[in-house]
Amino acid sequence: MTDYFGLYMKGFLGTTLSSTLALAGSFLIGALIAVFRITTVRGLRWFGTGYVEFVRNIPLLLVVYAFYYGPSALGFPLDGFTAGTIGLAVYTSAFIAEAIRAGIMAVPKGQMEAARSSGLNYIQTMQHVILPQAIKLVIPPLGNQFINLIKNSSVLTIVAGLDLMYFADSISTETYRTFDTYIFVALFYLVLTLPLSYGVRVWERRLQRN
Amino acid sequence: MDFAGAYSADHLKFLLDGLYVTLIVAFFSIILSFVIGCVVGIIRYARVPFLSPIMFVLVELIRNLPLLLIIFFIRFALPEVGIRMGLMAAAIAALTIFEAAMIAEIVRGGLTSIDKGQIEAARSSGLGNFQTLWHIVLPQGLRRMVPPLVSQFISLLKDTSLAVVISLPELMHHAGIVIGHGYSYAIPTLLLVALIYFTVNFLLSLLSRRLESREN
Repeated sequence: MTDYFGLYMKGFLGTTLSSTLALAGSFLIGALIAVFRITTVRGLRWFGTGYVEFVRNIPLLLVVYAFYYGPSALGFPLDGFTAGTIGLAVYTSAFIAEAIRAGIMAVPKGQMEAARSSGLNYIQTMQHVILPQAIKLVIPPLGNQFINLIKNSSVLTIVAGLDLMYFADSISTETYRTFDTYIFVALFYLVLTLPLSYGVRVWERRLQRN
Repeated sequence: MDFAGAYSADHLKFLLDGLYVTLIVAFFSIILSFVIGCVVGIIRYARVPFLSPIMFVLVELIRNLPLLLIIFFIRFALPEVGIRMGLMAAAIAALTIFEAAMIAEIVRGGLTSIDKGQIEAARSSGLGNFQTLWHIVLPQGLRRMVPPLVSQFISLLKDTSLAVVISLPELMHHAGIVIGHGYSYAIPTLLLVALIYFTVNFLLSLLSRRLESREN
């Protein structure tokens, strides 16, 4: 097994890179969609709701396929890693949008009213009063989404996305030792996900105490 | 984009065959994972010596691994140690193990959310530990679990698509085959399949809203 350590590390890096990029992307899209969902502009609100409901109710693999086969059909093929990472970002953004929206909604209404009546405008209120409070509540669900991203990035293997599972597959076909290979791969995943789960739990407990 | 070609009668029938397998696998996995998840969740809640810590470790390990890995493991690694399963059984087993761990956490969370006063009141009116759980904590806890349980079932239905890695002939697998017939079918096929998943899941979430409003 140690002969293949290089390959495992390659996969480990692929998984980490893809999940981190997808986290950044899904946070940007998710924040935008969350803003759409709480604005008073009806068209944007409809779009935001439609986006979240649609994306949350279809499988991740379908989103990844859309970014893998779709561009090929239109004449500009994307490689598995790129298509997979974009798919992960788009899929996860719907869940992050909901987490951000829930965090903003959880800040008591009186805060908004108080800030507005002390002369802050909407943007200032959001920036200085609402968002700093909301972000604390949003961190645990964001952490959970990051854990999900790491686990979900394994679908990259289906489009040859050079992640842990992809290299595991080639190692196990080369060595004929499937059992050992996948136990090893499981350990690599746990190295990433277990500390994150623990961190999320600690943060949640701290929130509950306050 | 070739909508007419992608939606030919043969392709539509082929996709519906896939949907049938998806629904069958999802149905059995939902029932099995709910039963196992409830048992494990109750064990974790009840703090049984030895058993509860073991369940804690198992649940944590499974929840922190990719489902895809579990599917692979059951289909390709277990035969090495003499455990062999058919395609359908392997898919159901993997989904059940993974989702049961998720459901166990939902069940435990629902049970611990019940007010301590309720338990004290039940105990002081002479109910035993088990009676308190069965008549007081479970009925109220289950009601609170309905929304997270339904979203977990929706996840499960979506997750059946990961069984493409073991070539289970379900909806996504069949969609992949149709796309393989020609890239001009890709976008129309994916649109149709998205609509099918969306419809099934949307019906499930409507059901959840129904259940919730009835219970309040």
